[in-house]
Amino acid sequence: MYVAVKGGEQAILNSWRLLAEQRRGDTRAPELTLAQIRGQLGLAVDRVMAEGSLYDPELAALAIKQAQGDVIEAVFLLRAYRTTLPRLGVSLPIDTGAMRLQRRISATYKDVPGGQVLGATYDYTQRLLDFQLAAGGTVASAAVAASALPAAPRITEIMGSEGLLAAETPAADDPAPRDLTREPLEFPANRALRLQNLARGDEGFLLALGYSTQRGYANTHPFAGEIRQGTVSVEVVPEELGFAIEIGEIAVTECQMVNQFAGSATQPPQFTRGYGLVFGACERKAMAMALVDRSLRAEELGEAVTAPAQMQEFVLYHSDNVEASGFVQHLKLPHYVDFQSELELVRKLRARYAAAQPKSTDTAEAA
Amino acid sequence: MRISTSAADTMEGYNFAYLDEHTKRMIRRAILKAIAIPGYQVPFGSREMPLPYGWGTGGIQVTAAIIGPDDVLKVIDQGSDDTTNAVNIRRFFARTTGVKTTERTGEATIIQTRHRIPETPLRDGQIIVYQVPIPEMLRWLEPREAETRKMHALGEYGAMHVKLYEDIAHHGHIAATYDYPVIVNERYLMRPSPIPKFDNPKMHMNPALQLFGAGREKRIYAVPPYTAVRSLDFEDHPFETQRWEHACELCGATDSFLDEVIMDDRGKRMFVCSDSDYCLARREKQQPAVA
Repeated sequence: MYVAVKGGEQAILNSWRLLAEQRRGDTRAPELTLAQIRGQLGLAVDRVMAEGSLYDPELAALAIKQAQGDVIEAVFLLRAYRTTLPRLGVSLPIDTGAMRLQRRISATYKDVPGGQVLGATYDYTQRLLDFQLAAGGTVASAAVAASALPAAPRITEIMGSEGLLAAETPAADDPAPRDLTREPLEFPANRALRLQNLARGDEGFLLALGYSTQRGYANTHPFAGEIRQGTVSVEVVPEELGFAIEIGEIAVTECQMVNQFAGSATQPPQFTRGYGLVFGACERKAMAMALVDRSLRAEELGEAVTAPAQMQEFVLYHSDNVEASGFVQHLKLPHYVDFQSELELVRKLRARYAAAQPKSTDTAEAA
Repeated sequence: MRISTSAADTMEGYNFAYLDEHTKRMIRRAILKAIAIPGYQVPFGSREMPLPYGWGTGGIQVTAAIIGPDDVLKVIDQGSDDTTNAVNIRRFFARTTGVKTTERTGEATIIQTRHRIPETPLRDGQIIVYQVPIPEMLRWLEPREAETRKMHALGEYGAMHVKLYEDIAHHGHIAATYDYPVIVNERYLMRPSPIPKFDNPKMHMNPALQLFGAGREKRIYAVPPYTAVRSLDFEDHPFETQRWEHACELCGATDSFLDEVIMDDRGKRMFVCSDSDYCLARREKQQPAVA
């Protein structure tokens, strides 16, 4: 006899416990500490902070631990926490020109004021699995420059002084950017809003979209004008003081793509730019973001909108991995009612179809 | 068999109903606007909730904005109080508000639902909150939001009628079985969330306030009490609801939406009420010992 499905609540509680046990894993191995995650899985921490839109390495490490290393789940945890935080104020814009550099490269000039600084990168590691790392051991200390790197001017400023690169000046009266996490996205979205969306967008999604522009779905002829990574100061102007004070520093990666632009009736031929800025050391994401940003400028630059990476609604509505993950996975929730409705319809259509077939003694029916 | 959640289990450190009061006020404003313009989708600053998008975050935010300490909450998914998602959401509110929860439609002041309207008629003073995945009825016809908003502004719904006409041309009748398009107050085309079209007539002139929340899509809309809700149709192809050749095998109801349950691997099936409270109440009445 049919027994009504009951006990969902007990099942959920049991599932929580099972999950906690799985998370801990084999208890003979020591438990992960947040300091270990912060210190040794730093790039995962950076990605979770970037897509979680919350600069807090400690909480990001906790989220990674709680999510068993599932980065999108960790981003979700951080976002849900972020919602509950009060907004105390707005910082001044960060000045990436004054960045304390850890890495800085340009693909457009052989040498540039401030120099090329390779920094710590996987780019030239040859990707051979290092079995010594599996065994554990000591690490040779890295060579240290005699003095701190001086602040270096951004390549785009050098190009801009010659008029080769389209100037990017704030709009008249410089309206405060809207906060995507407080107000719904509306279209057409201006560039400040688009960049805000891309900065918290899923790295994989932006990577694929950026890649698509390189394969002909809206080619933007990009050059990596400059990629810089390091720390910048965050300053606020407290109302009661009336002047800026530094409240801390954050690590960011900035990418300025330089793209061809043939010019128009009102503008001389010049280069245009795509911009990427991400928390932490997320270079792949910053580069992809810059490609997509430039593609999304198609309309303002009078280019035909033909490819997905150029379509605002397509890109901005689908970039968020917390939204995407939730909606894709909601398909595992019960859909008995909708499915029952469809079953009834398909049976009705099949009955009509069968009735319309000429009667035959064919054996196909039996098969 | 009835579930009750004890208030002893409530969470420390969070505001009543999780959201802060400023956010609740913002959502209430959106709700008031939605009630003032029946069927119109009001954009709102949807928050990131601790439950996944697509799992009822819109409905949860609406409920969180309207619930008070004296409310009695019922949460259903697919008509049932016992499916895991309904249990989870009910638990969320029990933990963050400590309000009384119920499975009885008649006892509830707020009913949050996914995919069904209860069989027991709603009454004056009740509020039903629908969880909405995609609020835009025109979305499959026009993917661009900027365009669909224009179509609503101009009341330009020809494309939807053509779609229904094409169904009739292809299949002999309209092929929508759930999420069936309605016109609210003879003005706005509205998506009734994925309730089966069986439930559409219940929306018409309903004494309860009907609120719809779409969290991921950041929209709220409403049907005020006693408002006309008309399912789209044609004179020669009038709207009709699903009918079953069976009665519920547990309570014998012939007027309820039935779920099909597969009994064995030889195709044996059983049909039972999707509304578990309705079914149980009928059985209790027939045979008081069942409860």
